[in-house]
Amino acid sequence: MYAQMVDTGVKTVRAVAEMSPEEQAFQARIDADIKIEPKEWMPDAYRRTLIRQISQHAHSEIVGMLPEGNWITRAPTLKRKAILMAKVQDEGGHGLYLYSAAETLGVSRDQMVADLHAGRAKYSSIFNYPTLTWADIGAIGWLVDGAAIMNQIPLCRCSFGPYARAMVRICKEESFHQRQGYDIMLSLARGTGEQKAMAQDALNRWWWPSLMMFGPSDAESVHSAQSAAWKIKILSNDELRQRFVDQTVPQADYLGITMPDPDLKWNAERGHYDFGAIDWAEFQNVIKGNGPCNRHRLRTRVKAWEDGGWVRDAAMAHAEKQAARAAAKAVA
Amino acid sequence: MNEWPLWEIFIRSQHGLAHKHVGSLHAPDAEMAVKNARDVYTRRNEGVSIWVVRSADIVASAPGDKEALFEPANSKVYRHPTFFPMPDDVKHI
Repeated sequence: MYAQMVDTGVKTVRAVAEMSPEEQAFQARIDADIKIEPKEWMPDAYRRTLIRQISQHAHSEIVGMLPEGNWITRAPTLKRKAILMAKVQDEGGHGLYLYSAAETLGVSRDQMVADLHAGRAKYSSIFNYPTLTWADIGAIGWLVDGAAIMNQIPLCRCSFGPYARAMVRICKEESFHQRQGYDIMLSLARGTGEQKAMAQDALNRWWWPSLMMFGPSDAESVHSAQSAAWKIKILSNDELRQRFVDQTVPQADYLGITMPDPDLKWNAERGHYDFGAIDWAEFQNVIKGNGPCNRHRLRTRVKAWEDGGWVRDAAMAHAEKQAARAAAKAVA
Repeated sequence: MNEWPLWEIFIRSQHGLAHKHVGSLHAPDAEMAVKNARDVYTRRNEGVSIWVVRSADIVASAPGDKEALFEPANSKVYRHPTFFPMPDDVKHI
């Protein structure tokens, strides 16, 4: 998802009897749904995993501004442009809520940014795909934000207080994102034949990458089992993906466009849609840095950070000078 | 690297309530902290007033002191009005 395949650093999920008394008390609090707050004792692996997960989530929000920012200057109307700017600004805000939540665990903002820029930290695979037409902005809001909501709503109940609270804020704002995307798709679907073809083309390109956002099946993963025990992962990747497919297919039907999956069909017995095999080789390739836009995205981020360096330094120098003047005046 | 200091942000919502902690952000000084808080935490009319406090200036109780601080109140149930049953015939009390 926005945080994919988060490594917990553990080899096995230990039984209560194998834990130290501190860990037992910690796990008991989590089992009783008591939130963990930053200054309280927590196992190092819990802290490190959360830093990895929350920073990856934050990086995804920030890098996620790039594919959509690509269309701000070319939005078809002033209204669409204003809406897209508000949406991209929200993504920036979401990144900031999440960086702040991660900082409560003792990692600095600069360290997280440095990890992203050096390629040590990941962000979601989805943002390495290009936005080729205006319809892609519709598809991203509808599908990518739709998938994000699917993942983030359960995280509002996660065990770490600052992360859960950030998720509550984000989820409140996210449904505007999904609706504005679907609204773009609706306009295109009701438009000319060419516009409808654009909507179908965007769905064709974004459907599979959206399903990959949830990550590979984690039924056998020790990291997922550990994260579930810590309640920082609430539902499995496959469960979330199935829910997403079930909710999205009827929405495509309404638009009169079709998923690029010949195996997609309703399974009355299961009460769910069956869908075709996902190309995990493509996913692994994108995760490794070889997607269509990986290098471009990172280069853009690094350039923005470096170009803004003098502004950050100047603002700090100004603040220090003002503080020194105020102090001198107070003495005099 | 010269990281901007961290500030804790408190917002008074529209409803005339007390300022409430909403999160934190980085800013070089108090004035910029208020401006950034406007952008980060009140994009949807969430507030009518903002407080910013340097995170380093906040003094917090330690999680380990919870018992010493709060346990004594547990035994003082008579501080709640429901501790005193009133006869049914007595009204307006």
